[in-house]
Amino acid sequence: MNSRTTEILVGFFMLIFFAAMLFLAMRVSNLTSLGSSTGYALVAHFDNVGGLKSGAPVSASGVRVGQVESIVYDPDQFSAEVMMSVGEDFVGAFPEDTTASIYTAGLLGEQYIGLEAGAEDIMLGDGDEVTLTQSALVLERLIGQVLFSRSGAE
Amino acid sequence: MIDRVARFGRFWLDALERFGRAQLFLARSLGAMPSLIPRFPLLIQQLYASGVMTLSIILVSGLFVGMVLALQGYNLLQGFGAEAALGQAVALTLVRELGPVVTGLLFAGRAGSAMTAEIGLMKATEQLSGLEMMAVDPFKRVYAPRLFAGFLALPMLAAMFSAVGVLGGYLVGVEVLGVDAGAYWSNMQSSVAFVEDVCQGLIKALVFGLVVSWIAIFEGADCIPTSEGVSAATTRTVVYSSLSVLGLDFVLTAIMF
Amino acid sequence: MSTAQANGVPDATSVRPEGDEALVRVRDLHFARGRKKIFQGMTFEVPRGKITTIIGPSGTGKTTLLKMIGGQLKPSQGSIEFDGQNVAKLNRKALYALRKRMGMLFQSGALLTDLSVFENIAFPLREHTDLPDSLISHLVLMRLHAVGLRGARDLYPAELSGGMARRAALARALVFDPMMIMYDEPFTGQDPISMGVLLELIHTVNHALGLTSLMVSHDLAEALSISDHVVIISEGVVVEAGSPEQLRASPSEWTQQFLNGSPDGPVPFQLPAPDYAFELLGTSTATGSDR
Repeated sequence: MNSRTTEILVGFFMLIFFAAMLFLAMRVSNLTSLGSSTGYALVAHFDNVGGLKSGAPVSASGVRVGQVESIVYDPDQFSAEVMMSVGEDFVGAFPEDTTASIYTAGLLGEQYIGLEAGAEDIMLGDGDEVTLTQSALVLERLIGQVLFSRSGAE
Repeated sequence: MIDRVARFGRFWLDALERFGRAQLFLARSLGAMPSLIPRFPLLIQQLYASGVMTLSIILVSGLFVGMVLALQGYNLLQGFGAEAALGQAVALTLVRELGPVVTGLLFAGRAGSAMTAEIGLMKATEQLSGLEMMAVDPFKRVYAPRLFAGFLALPMLAAMFSAVGVLGGYLVGVEVLGVDAGAYWSNMQSSVAFVEDVCQGLIKALVFGLVVSWIAIFEGADCIPTSEGVSAATTRTVVYSSLSVLGLDFVLTAIMF
Repeated sequence: MSTAQANGVPDATSVRPEGDEALVRVRDLHFARGRKKIFQGMTFEVPRGKITTIIGPSGTGKTTLLKMIGGQLKPSQGSIEFDGQNVAKLNRKALYALRKRMGMLFQSGALLTDLSVFENIAFPLREHTDLPDSLISHLVLMRLHAVGLRGARDLYPAELSGGMARRAALARALVFDPMMIMYDEPFTGQDPISMGVLLELIHTVNHALGLTSLMVSHDLAEALSISDHVVIISEGVVVEAGSPEQLRASPSEWTQQFLNGSPDGPVPFQLPAPDYAFELLGTSTATGSDR
């Protein structure tokens, strides 16, 4: 085994490593979408974000249009402030009375934000807030409601 | 009775002495690292020996582990109706845990034992003595290149393991078991964070790389220079490395996740 | 125990103007490995420009002695001086500088197995100098020619016979024109032709290059045939030292047994053991009753 063959094989090894890293970064994790910040930002406040995570999809009519960038607690409004980034293809696509709701994909799947367009003429711009929001369904509340309604019915 | 206590005490004192020697060995090897820069071909040679030679076993194992994860994962998730989460289950398990750990164990068995045997043989055939008498520091020429090569190679192999595993999971999950391809990838992408999951998994692998190489080289350099001594050292390398990988995995996971 | 100086012939190749005739001085050397005492007060000298052999029974720590002269091991007591410098007291840098002035030939050659013969001999040059490849090539070929192995330059150590490996190792030890070459058991296990080659080489190398040679061996006949000075060690001390003729005429019974290879003498044939008759018959020979 001469050193030239060794060097070629080590180079090949490094190549496979870079391919693997690229694959892991692009296809396995959310690096791609994190990179594309060429869209515009929207803000929404929720009473309860449930299991929503940053990086979760933002969809309209079931089609992914952006993602959740960050979720922080807003002490001024006593609610969760969610920053979303929406792709630049959809600039000005959402009217002011758009509703942002937190849905669950499937029964136990991950949570995402669904945007339902309203009927206003003025469109949301970069950094605007979606004022109409619907929080995530919290299981305990649901059960509590069921129990309450049942006990109320008796 | 007293004799037993004395022997027990001596055993632990010897172990402590050995551990201390190993620390000094590591310190001296790390100190010899800067001298690697002019000796780049040595590093390439060792990357070949540790990395390239372990590549095939890593790729094959990664594929199988990924496939098994998909099989088992599907079975489990089916009970919750959550088959769509298969992608993220496979990916997270691989990237956070199995990638670094299984690669660490395989590396210890393949490359680690080879390093120990090679160095032990060099000691037994007086090549190390010969180097010393030629005024060549074996730390610079023999130990540091191997330490650094192992340190680099393990994380690289772990990344490849995880990547191949995810593909293997795709093969079984989507092609065979019928999980929706879109769901496989998109759920995965939204759950696997590059920095928190992939990078921290690689950090684990870096630590494993250092520890496994250190153990392998030290056992070789410290062995009794006979054929029994070398084979005993090789066995010790595999055992101690494997235990260290598993133990450190726990500690690192607790710290990082 | 006696120490012998060189035989009074001034050494023409000596560099030191004071006429210091000993290159290596070992004084009152003590060394133990674990509980086993290996050296218990060794004192001897290695004269410049001559071939000195250290002889002794196997296991007396002869290889250890060479390692101590080379600074790989430190004595627990006593001193070793090489060319006036106390080897054990040198820091790492000075020690490495010193080692460049010594060459060592290990029992198995200790060639690096992943390099060819040529590369093995070029190795010290590449490591310690910035000489261009053409010059290195010349130097290596000169040494290879001196030991007769130019034709083996591209072989690997695994392909060499034992004798060839030692010759290659000798070429490597010579590459920096050292002041002294140490040979660790050079004659062990050699066939007559290889033996002849080695003897010739050691002799030529020593006298043509004006080196000092220090051999360690238990092959008596060969060692005595080319040595100028012999040091006999046993039980960790120097038993006797002198030229081969002086030793052959020695009055010491031990030396005579050793030199002649007699099976019985001061070193007895029967190891200490209980009375034989007692062990066989269960009694001493006097009574004769059985169990």
